[in-house]
Amino acid sequence: LKNEKADNQNIFCGLSGVTHISKFYPEFVKIVEVGPRDGLQNEKEVVPTKVKIQLIDMLSGTGLSVIEATSFVSSKWVPQMSDHSDVLRGIQRAPHVQYPVLTPNMQGFQDAVAAGATEVAVFGSASETFSRKNINCSIDDSMLKFEEVIKAAKEQQIPVRGYVSCALGCPYEGRIEPAKVAEVASKLYGIGCYEISLADTIGVGTPGSMLQMLQRVTQEVPISALAVHCHDTYGQALANILTALQVGVSVVDSAVAGLGGCPYAEGSSGNVSTEDVVYMLHGMGIETGVNLDKVMEAGDFICSALNRKTNSKVSLARNRKL
Amino acid sequence: MAAVVRLLNRGILSSAMGQHYLALSTVAKVKATGLKAGHALPEKVKIVEVGPRDGLQNEKSIVPTEAKIHLIDMLSESGLQVIEATSFVSPKWVPQMADQVEVMKGIQRKPGVTYPVLTPNLKGFQAAVKAGASEVAIFGAASELFSKKNINCSVDESLQRFDEVMRAAKEAAVPVRGYVSCVAGCPYEGKVAPEKVAHVAKRLYAMGCYEISLGDTIGVGTPGSMVDMLEAVTREVPVSALAVHCHDTYGQALANILVALQMGISVVDSSVAGLGGCPYAQGASGNVATEDVVYMLHGLGIQTGVDLTKLMDAGAFICRTLSRKSSSKVAQATCKL
Repeated sequence: LKNEKADNQNIFCGLSGVTHISKFYPEFVKIVEVGPRDGLQNEKEVVPTKVKIQLIDMLSGTGLSVIEATSFVSSKWVPQMSDHSDVLRGIQRAPHVQYPVLTPNMQGFQDAVAAGATEVAVFGSASETFSRKNINCSIDDSMLKFEEVIKAAKEQQIPVRGYVSCALGCPYEGRIEPAKVAEVASKLYGIGCYEISLADTIGVGTPGSMLQMLQRVTQEVPISALAVHCHDTYGQALANILTALQVGVSVVDSAVAGLGGCPYAEGSSGNVSTEDVVYMLHGMGIETGVNLDKVMEAGDFICSALNRKTNSKVSLARNRKL
Repeated sequence: MAAVVRLLNRGILSSAMGQHYLALSTVAKVKATGLKAGHALPEKVKIVEVGPRDGLQNEKSIVPTEAKIHLIDMLSESGLQVIEATSFVSPKWVPQMADQVEVMKGIQRKPGVTYPVLTPNLKGFQAAVKAGASEVAIFGAASELFSKKNINCSVDESLQRFDEVMRAAKEAAVPVRGYVSCVAGCPYEGKVAPEKVAHVAKRLYAMGCYEISLGDTIGVGTPGSMVDMLEAVTREVPVSALAVHCHDTYGQALANILVALQMGISVVDSSVAGLGGCPYAQGASGNVATEDVVYMLHGLGIQTGVDLTKLMDAGAFICRTLSRKSSSKVAQATCKL
């Protein structure tokens, strides 16, 4: 355990020890905006289709290059996403912006393609229990489903992104071994996902566990193919993202206005706010292509529609009125 | 913001990702003047709990004296080594701290725990010592405009005023902690030069403050500006004498604390339950929550001596008293109510 700690500290020092840690950052970070999907999916209020469309259209004008638009899950499970086809068809696609959608299985994939999807995402879990409770099958079985989807996606030249949930802890199993996260990430990468988003689903991770997990995962998956999806349930998200950046990750998921509570901790927050992430990155001289003011406008809009306060501290500080 | 070359520390990156940064197969060395090698993370971090002072001072509801005393007593049981108990400012300016003497006299001092108090001038210092204070703190600003607006004099003038306090404290063998406010930005001036922060920190240290707490008063700092500021300050003051006092108004506090630790800082100020809003941004948060800091530090394997459960109990108590929700995300997440 002591050696492990020393290793952690070495990484935090900077690899060769002669250069300052602040020099080890990517010049550019791609932000994957998950507000319209992960965010809204975890909001109690069902949002009208045209509001979803307007939100996405506003986000399309902010400089974000990836906006997760909706999810082709069964409406029975996720009523908020039941208008998936209408949303995908209704949005104005900005050039140079991707609008990936979740497709948990072949049925979802086919519906997504029929509705015009040009990028999809599949969700695996690093926790066996979470997988069974969430999508009713084992991790291995879920991979079989995803392989089907990826095969079909390849035929249509549709890129597939893979998520690994519970990467830093599971609401049922507790601690998750970094080796398990690496195994699942590696499997998803191996079957054809171009990017793997490592998700701290319940937000329990800290820079310590984030570092350990990334050190292990990067033994199996190239760092350029990794993203982090940090939840802010314990207030650790920005520190965890910073750690990931120091390791070399350059893709970060976040949600406008910090939409989406945590389904495992009543009343707690979930997704980290895009505004707060962008504020940090810009403050570090890292480019994102994103216009913070425009993101805050989109945040104002959706919070107004949801009749809720923003979760973004940057937005609150700048005194946004609902 | 330091104008440095950003490096990726491993791997060749796919240009199809649309990212533009240098791809290197080995770690390159960057040479620049004034750069320090990174420090190993500290094994221990001392937390300076400012909730009863900085926290309550910025809460609208006036808290009854017994509640303040009970809060401090609960905090004393949580393993914290330093608890800023109150402020000997004029009650006219800060009504919340009007019961300063009763609080000092009423708390149960735990052995091994220090209870510093703010003393803005000699009068306050004398009153503090009379009430039993055994450690005090003074405040300087890194921004001229902030100093003028806050205490009606220039930064240098304010430091001269503190000379009296320093002399009296020396005579009484009372340690003095120095605060520098606006280290990452000022609500009036905007950007604050790192050299200015270093200048004020150096003055306070030279005057005899044993520790200098660098306060991001309006929470605008980021890991970028924090590092720049700390680089400048650590050229003038030994890092072992420095602390960071980060506000979470823009959600940056934990990230800022993390880089500070990486630069060798091992003293962190925080406030139980994140007490204390920001007087410069209506409705926004202020102090970073001690619970969230402790959660992060423990997750890094850093010792704090703090029992998170007992700390959260203290937080729950004061939030009930104030009829407000905790600003600590850890407290919110673990609260099943």
